[in-house]
Amino acid sequence: MGSKRSDRREFLKRGVALAGGVTLGAVAKSASGQLEGPEAFIQGTDELVGYGKRSSYVTSVRIPHGGRASPDTFGLDFHIAAPLQDSVGVITPSSLHYMGTTRGSFVPDIDPEKHRLMIHGMVDNPLVFTMEELKRLPSVTRMHFIECAGNRANRRHRTVQETHGMTSCAEWTGVLLSTLLKEAGVQDGGDWIVAEGVENVVGASSIHMAKAMDDCIVCYGMNGEAVRPQQGFPLRLLVPGFEGILNVKWLRRIKVVDQFYMTYNDYGHLRQDSDDAALGMQIGPKSVITYPSGGQQLPGRGFYEVSGLAWSGGGAVARVEVTTDGGRSWVDAEIRGTAHPMAHTRFTFNWEWDGQECELQSRCTDVLGSVQPSRVQAIEYWTQRGQPARVKGQDNSIQPWRVESDGSVHNAIS
Amino acid sequence: MRFLRLLLPLPLMLGISVQAQSPTYGLGRTPSAEEIRAWDISISPTGEELPAGSGSVGEGSQLYLEKACAGCHGTTGTGGPAPRLVKRDVGPDAGPWALGRVLPIRAPYATAVWDFINRGMPLYQEGTLSADEVYALTAYLLFLNDVVEEGTVLDAQSLPKVEMPNRDTWAPLPEWWRPGMSRLPSYPY
Ligand code: HEC
Repeated sequence: MGSKRSDRREFLKRGVALAGGVTLGAVAKSASGQLEGPEAFIQGTDELVGYGKRSSYVTSVRIPHGGRASPDTFGLDFHIAAPLQDSVGVITPSSLHYMGTTRGSFVPDIDPEKHRLMIHGMVDNPLVFTMEELKRLPSVTRMHFIECAGNRANRRHRTVQETHGMTSCAEWTGVLLSTLLKEAGVQDGGDWIVAEGVENVVGASSIHMAKAMDDCIVCYGMNGEAVRPQQGFPLRLLVPGFEGILNVKWLRRIKVVDQFYMTYNDYGHLRQDSDDAALGMQIGPKSVITYPSGGQQLPGRGFYEVSGLAWSGGGAVARVEVTTDGGRSWVDAEIRGTAHPMAHTRFTFNWEWDGQECELQSRCTDVLGSVQPSRVQAIEYWTQRGQPARVKGQDNSIQPWRVESDGSVHNAIS
Repeated sequence: MRFLRLLLPLPLMLGISVQAQSPTYGLGRTPSAEEIRAWDISISPTGEELPAGSGSVGEGSQLYLEKACAGCHGTTGTGGPAPRLVKRDVGPDAGPWALGRVLPIRAPYATAVWDFINRGMPLYQEGTLSADEVYALTAYLLFLNDVVEEGTVLDAQSLPKVEMPNRDTWAPLPEWWRPGMSRLPSYPY
């Protein structure tokens, strides 16, 4: 303590000498000894003045998902999960936004001045846009989540980052894809598009025209700045509410075509069963409690604001319920802020923990009236119809967390 | 749109709203036919965009070694650090889905194998293979998976006709879907 104090005195002296009267007020207050001041200061640098950085005390980071290293032995990035356990509000910071690439790719370092987007195929006017031209077109700014098809919780997962970290939510800015498609003039029979990126494997996905013309966005902005390289800088496609792989990054080409093109990305997500295909394309109502969640520790009985995220590919979240007794009784949670369509929505629930072992769950209902099922309900639905006992399509089943009497929190999927 | 309204006389404005197919904003330029051809590497299941050229299983087996495919994927198509390229040995009666997520066996169309090798392989040197080489490597990988015979030569005509075992055993994405619909209307969740 003593040496720190003298360091600080040195610093303060210099501060006073440099800035004179301007800092004097602050110095007088902290030096008067009424309250302990901070132990250290963050040295201002040109870099930090230019672009800020989070506190060194905040250590929340992403982790490789699903047992494959990122970067892997070839240097490829694959799947990286967001630390939802530390999330507040609904926006995932761009640096923590989950990342997915089909079987791995390198993140290209693209000069936006040289980047072009071509729209061609079954259109009247094929077009090539520069980034500058795209930014001159009418824009939209919308909150949307993206979720990877691999965001499937299992009983071996410990934390919410492992069970649910392959989804994130950002504020996206760009031009509606429909604006560009109308500009090019889609011809009769142009029922699909193939969207393609410029990364080393030139990933491409087929998307049905009904979705392409609805609410897809060709994005250059993310959370108030340019889209990050890992998220597709300088341009990425956003396909709200649909499976993650369709949100093509580093977008350079859109071809209007007459059929599903069976690209490598398409092939990688093929299903055998048409219910599976439908339930995998659009994401169902889903939610998860992020606090308290697996791996966290409650310090003791008493008041807690239970908090979590809810979302649906079918539109806005209409309702979230919470149970603290393993699903016997459900109570409405409060939705914090606005529930945007196809966006993470923060919910909270005031909870008085009595120190007894209990199980917390949350359940989302979307504007279409679809309800998030328990794993048992989803499986029962199919077995009653003579189908195999599993959750079909994108897994949107309820996540149970068990709080033990010592305050430790555990994944309770059985 | 608001900008145009200020500038254009009314009849022209009406023209814009009637002819929905003519550009509204006039931004972006028209690419030349050659430019489109150079950019367009998509290959449909029916193979319209396939380039001229051809390659045989024999040539492919040579190229597989020369182009270092073997170093990453293993000399026999398995056992290397990169994903296996040959089907799993799960007995004679196994359906195509039991053979693993292996492109040259699970892909419903052989065009998808050609397309991926053309755009994505060999890793670190993507896009360097000639059309002939891609035909040959596709033929070789299909041969390794017992999809084509040893004497096969593939080209733009024969490639789309290759009968993949998974041709008709996959579920198309729901074309009935429209904005505002739930993901599967009969399903409550
Ligand atoms: C440096 C290592 C490396 C080399 C060389 C290489 N590959 Fe690959 N290959 C990979 C990796 C890694 C993947 C997985 C996809 C990815 O991560 O991009 C892959 C994927 C593939 C796939 C898709 C597999 C599937 O079922 O999804 C095919 C087909 C393929 N490679 C063929 C080839 C051919 C043909 C060559 C030679 C011309 C080749 N590869 C050379 C590393 C390599």
